[in-house]
Amino acid sequence: MIDRPASGNAGDANGDLRLPDPALMARLAVSDNGFVFDPVSGNSFTLNAAGLALFRIFLHHRKLDDVFAEVTASFEVKPHEAERDILEFAAQLCANLKP
Amino acid sequence: MSPRGKLTVAITGMNARADNPGPGLAVARCLRESGRSGLKIVGLSYDALDPGLYHPFCDSTYLLPYPSAGQEALRDRLLWIHEQEGFDVLIPCLDAELSSMVALEEELAKVGIRTFLPTEHQLQMRDKSRLSELAATAHVPYPETRPVTHAGFFYTCAQQGWGYPLVVKGPFYDAQIVRDPDDAAHAFRRISAAWGLPILVQRLIRGEEYNLTAIGDGEGHLIGTVMMKKRALTDKGKAWAGICVFDQALQDTADALAKALRWRGPLEVEVMRDLSGRYHLIEINPRFPAWVYLSAGVGRNLPALLLARLMGEDYGALPGPSLGTMFIRYAEEVIVPMEEFQNMMILGASARTEENRRDA
Repeated sequence: MIDRPASGNAGDANGDLRLPDPALMARLAVSDNGFVFDPVSGNSFTLNAAGLALFRIFLHHRKLDDVFAEVTASFEVKPHEAERDILEFAAQLCANLKP
Repeated sequence: MSPRGKLTVAITGMNARADNPGPGLAVARCLRESGRSGLKIVGLSYDALDPGLYHPFCDSTYLLPYPSAGQEALRDRLLWIHEQEGFDVLIPCLDAELSSMVALEEELAKVGIRTFLPTEHQLQMRDKSRLSELAATAHVPYPETRPVTHAGFFYTCAQQGWGYPLVVKGPFYDAQIVRDPDDAAHAFRRISAAWGLPILVQRLIRGEEYNLTAIGDGEGHLIGTVMMKKRALTDKGKAWAGICVFDQALQDTADALAKALRWRGPLEVEVMRDLSGRYHLIEINPRFPAWVYLSAGVGRNLPALLLARLMGEDYGALPGPSLGTMFIRYAEEVIVPMEEFQNMMILGASARTEENRRDA
């Protein structure tokens, strides 16, 4: 189970945990080497290998708990580290993906 | 009129200062790379130092009288150049000349010169001074704008609810974001000295700038839309790099404007996308933009499409634009032999023009 982040930056106005908007995620063009392009906003950013793997997991889940379950099942990672990485990454994606 | 199989196209706006280029050279480049055979390009411009007058994209080039010389002088010069070159199509590329070109459209048609231009009414409706009216008709958000004729406004505007930062804009060209009264008064004097009064003051929309170009069919529809997000700017806020995007919301915005205007001819729609993703109209330019070469780069060569339409040719279904394709502008020196510059200064025509005529 993922705890609520202290900064709340991966949460909505009520502080609820959330993933980036699935519709925004779905419109992104993502290359195998981690280049991400948003064809609507024209913005682009790059992901390292871990970010790319996490991004693909995000694409398949709608809940942070499900992301957490898949990450801890797929990678050798301590639960608290997985939790921290997932929350940080979700916050960064939310900041980069504008409606 | 060109001989059979040949097509001569005259293009204006061959000015190309690195920080704020005219669209003429980009339009010529699009046509040159369209694969059309038998194409002759006549470049037209207003200043002997405009680099497009000496660029190999043009087969021959001529100076035009400045718009301040009046419509009659422009007509006489165009008809004289037409006698020398026999051009079939004229593509005007500068805002300041559009009104005169529209007034001359019928006269040009009588001597066989085809154009695809808006009406004077359409041109006026997208004038900066009337844009709020058009935006309201089309139900498109538009930042509050007011005309200003005295720099004193900027020292008292806070009392009228106009806080900084603001945008100070010229009646035709130029815009500057200003952050305090002194900054604003300086921009007012600089822009009004170049472009006259009134200066327009506009509330600043925070967000990102997007541009769209297309051809209006005159019946309320847009053909061949290409959208671009500016990725790098010059000091004047012009695109130095841009990337092709597509957003249905921007398409809907432009469609609403085109429908309200029933726009005929090329156009550029400039918008700001605010932090919530809503588009605010900033300007509508009545011509192709200087970045129109991106249209060729994404598979929708708009100047070639315009030419095909003017010649009554079937151009088929357009492919979707290649999203993510970028342009990055660079400055290039054109070498000008003294004879060419001399001819331009004395005769208002390039040396190549003389050579071409002899060859013909």
